[in-house]
Amino acid sequence: MKNKIRLLFSFCGLMAVTLTLTAAEVIHEEKSLYRDINVVQTGDRRCLIFNVHRGDRNQTCVDVNNRDELIFSYTKMSFAGLLLTPQPKAILVAGLGGGTLPLAFNDLFPDALIDVVEVDQAVVNVAKEFFFFEENANMRVAVNDARVFVKRAGILGKKYDYIILDAFGGDYIPEHLLTQEFLEEVKQIMTDDAVLVANTFSTSRFYDHESVTYQRVFGEFFNFKLPTSGNRMIITQLDSLPPRGNLITRAQSLAPSLEKYGVPLLEYPARLSTRVDWDMSRRVLTDQYAPANLLQDN
Amino acid sequence: MNPISLPKIVVICVAFVSGFCIMTVEMLGARIMAPYFGGSISVWGSLITVFMLALSVGYLIGGRLSTRNPNPKTFALFFIGAAISSIPIILFADAIMRPIFLAIEDPRYGSLLASIFLYFIPTSILGMISPYSVRLMVDSHEHSGHMAGLLFFVSTIGSAGGTLATSFYFVLWFDVNQILWGAVAVLLLAGSVILLINYLLQKRAANAQVSGYEKQN
Repeated sequence: MKNKIRLLFSFCGLMAVTLTLTAAEVIHEEKSLYRDINVVQTGDRRCLIFNVHRGDRNQTCVDVNNRDELIFSYTKMSFAGLLLTPQPKAILVAGLGGGTLPLAFNDLFPDALIDVVEVDQAVVNVAKEFFFFEENANMRVAVNDARVFVKRAGILGKKYDYIILDAFGGDYIPEHLLTQEFLEEVKQIMTDDAVLVANTFSTSRFYDHESVTYQRVFGEFFNFKLPTSGNRMIITQLDSLPPRGNLITRAQSLAPSLEKYGVPLLEYPARLSTRVDWDMSRRVLTDQYAPANLLQDN
Repeated sequence: MNPISLPKIVVICVAFVSGFCIMTVEMLGARIMAPYFGGSISVWGSLITVFMLALSVGYLIGGRLSTRNPNPKTFALFFIGAAISSIPIILFADAIMRPIFLAIEDPRYGSLLASIFLYFIPTSILGMISPYSVRLMVDSHEHSGHMAGLLFFVSTIGSAGGTLATSFYFVLWFDVNQILWGAVAVLLLAGSVILLINYLLQKRAANAQVSGYEKQN
């Protein structure tokens, strides 16, 4: 019976997707050297899509009449770092997308300084024109490669207490943002109480390599997966991880302020796992060895 | 004494090797620069620009050198020189890129300058090989176009092979520096083989000359 209901639900879901797809309207196409960016609107929902030719992949969506509400699980999951660092003052977001994530952080922590680094100027243009993204005194965008930005920030002695790595647009993985050396550079710009939230992959062989690499640099980390999302988040900090009890207490105190973004923070503590579910014998990814794009299909 | 000419098959083989190594280094070039200048399209732009410039200068110099007493020893020196001048890419890449990164904020110009320091010399030496090998293969003006076509064919096939092998397989199997050491070793081997064959041919020619004198006497 339960299965039947589930089947019915998935059928309805499928129908809904089909219907929305047929009603989708491309309202803007932006060419860039990296990818074609399409802005597609379906009813109230407006989405940024990369890689139109090889299977659509929604990068960001907003509800134009309810802009606060975050649509994607993975965007919401990026807030789980608040369970470790509840009051960030300096935030770095690598990868802009439609800009909904930095916008929400700016809304939630108006006094926090937010740096966004995005390699593609076209993405910045689209985010500003179609996704209500705006820079302000506390939130700036740098058009630069995240590796270059982080390395220079390290030299300048800049520190952040909330770092979100979300620089993986479309199918291609920027290999130089996955290596042990890069993560060491990220470590350099983390304050003692900083949290790192990395939106990464869950494909089989690559998952192992990536996990081993993070483990090498940070030791134990929280592996955060949700059944509603194909993404996994790696959440970690310089200190040893807090006990689950602390996470639950924090979730309870923070949850009300996140309600308007649709972030179910109370559900998250139970999903943060430190269990090793990868092959520990895999090779660490380094600047010398990082065939990430060749590993992802295997 | 007539100038010793290398067997055509040897020239063809080493032309393939040089084409292969050029693209192996170029494909790894972006990987090497990414930690300092990122993986943006402008880094590839810098890299390809410098390779094209280096090759064009190499073609010019190689062509000029081929008019003055073309000989297998000079030809071998190109391979050995390219191998030796590639070694700093392995040993000093960080030492070269760090000050450039500190001095130049724009990764476009940073990567352009780094590409020049890292890749210009070995690539231009590899570029000298093509026109010089044409000269070594050509016996008469009639055949020059045919030989040039054959050599371009072979060395470009080598380049295609180097691109594919490096980006599909080598990076999966080896460290970047291991691949580069491999390219250095292969270039040194090519140079050594040319020198060895040249030596053997010279010796044989000398013997033939001696026996020729003996017969005359």
